[in-house]
Amino acid sequence: MFLIPDSVVRFFHRLASPPHFYAFTEQLMPWLAAAFLLVTLAGLYGGLYLAPPDYQQGDSYRIIYIHVPSAWMSLFIYVIMAIAGAIGLIWRIKLAEIVAISSAPVGAGFTFIALVTGSLWGKPMWGTWWVWDARLTSELILLFLYLGVIGLYGAIEDKRVASKAVAILALVGVVNIPIIHYSVEWWNTLHQGPTVTKMDKPSIHVTMLVPLLLMALSFKLYYLIAMLQRARTELLRRERNSQWVRTMVVENEQ
Amino acid sequence: MKPARRQRLMLIALMVLGAGLATAFALKSFNDNLMYFFSTTDVVEGKAPRDALFRLGGMVIKGSVERPGDGLMVRFKLTDFSKDVTVEYTGILPDLFREGQGIVAHGRLNRQGVFIAEEVLAKHDENYMPPEVAGSLKNKSKTLAGQLP
Repeated sequence: MFLIPDSVVRFFHRLASPPHFYAFTEQLMPWLAAAFLLVTLAGLYGGLYLAPPDYQQGDSYRIIYIHVPSAWMSLFIYVIMAIAGAIGLIWRIKLAEIVAISSAPVGAGFTFIALVTGSLWGKPMWGTWWVWDARLTSELILLFLYLGVIGLYGAIEDKRVASKAVAILALVGVVNIPIIHYSVEWWNTLHQGPTVTKMDKPSIHVTMLVPLLLMALSFKLYYLIAMLQRARTELLRRERNSQWVRTMVVENEQ
Repeated sequence: MKPARRQRLMLIALMVLGAGLATAFALKSFNDNLMYFFSTTDVVEGKAPRDALFRLGGMVIKGSVERPGDGLMVRFKLTDFSKDVTVEYTGILPDLFREGQGIVAHGRLNRQGVFIAEEVLAKHDENYMPPEVAGSLKNKSKTLAGQLP
């Protein structure tokens, strides 16, 4: 902990207290929403209007502005979920548990979008909706992992116990993340290799890359908004009998 | 860090490590089954199954595509830049089928060693660029080739 400045540590300590988290995210929300709208509009305008058509695929390639950021998010959110779950297990921080479970439906949504958009693109380009190659199969397993996390959490009555069970499932499932990322390099697959996320220079023209990165940022902001809203609701549900929630409700009624 | 927390951290690290190792061994032993297609070298060296359906992947050799009949029959050569295999296919090819592009065909070998495909899928590469850039790249490689003796 000695590497992190004191002010940052204090910020996170305060954020981990439920009333402070609730008030802080409420203030944060309009800024996040404004940033999300701005970046999304810029990304969509850049991707659908400004970016030139591809030399091979024409306009059909524009699905990457949804497909690729969704696929990135499906992995990113899973890692966040597993890390938050581990923090919840080790330090027993209630908010980490809530962040972990609030991430799951958002991640499942992005995984589903990545699978569906890929399928829609695959039919005209590859000539098939679906193949059982390593990339597509491991991404489908990721969707099942997310659904497993959501289902397991719902099945256990005591939410603190449920959070522990979910965290263990999420942590074991982490092995799937490098498999998804490297599947296109370790094995022969129909899915193409990475365009942007590799050590080499991206194999995409800069006029197409900039909107793609904007869309990736936009999806990250969307995740933050959706996850925080879910976390706030879950927090209220869990803390409904605590003093700070009562005081807040009474104050709001007056 | 308190001892109880340190212990939990170690347990979690061990669990993730264990799950990772188990998966790594499992994947390693099923490595061949996870390959979506055989390469042309595999076929020439006889590693691909005889008398059974399998998938063959490779790049369509430039100038090798021919249509011998009036129908939908296409014949072309696939390569992995070391060995070539001739493929015959009757049907409609996907949008991205081009000479010089990667494809994956599903079918079987006949007695002459020609691969009779029942299905042809295009394998897209990871390059994206505007048509003008692709055009100028092509011209550049042409002039470079022209300068060579």
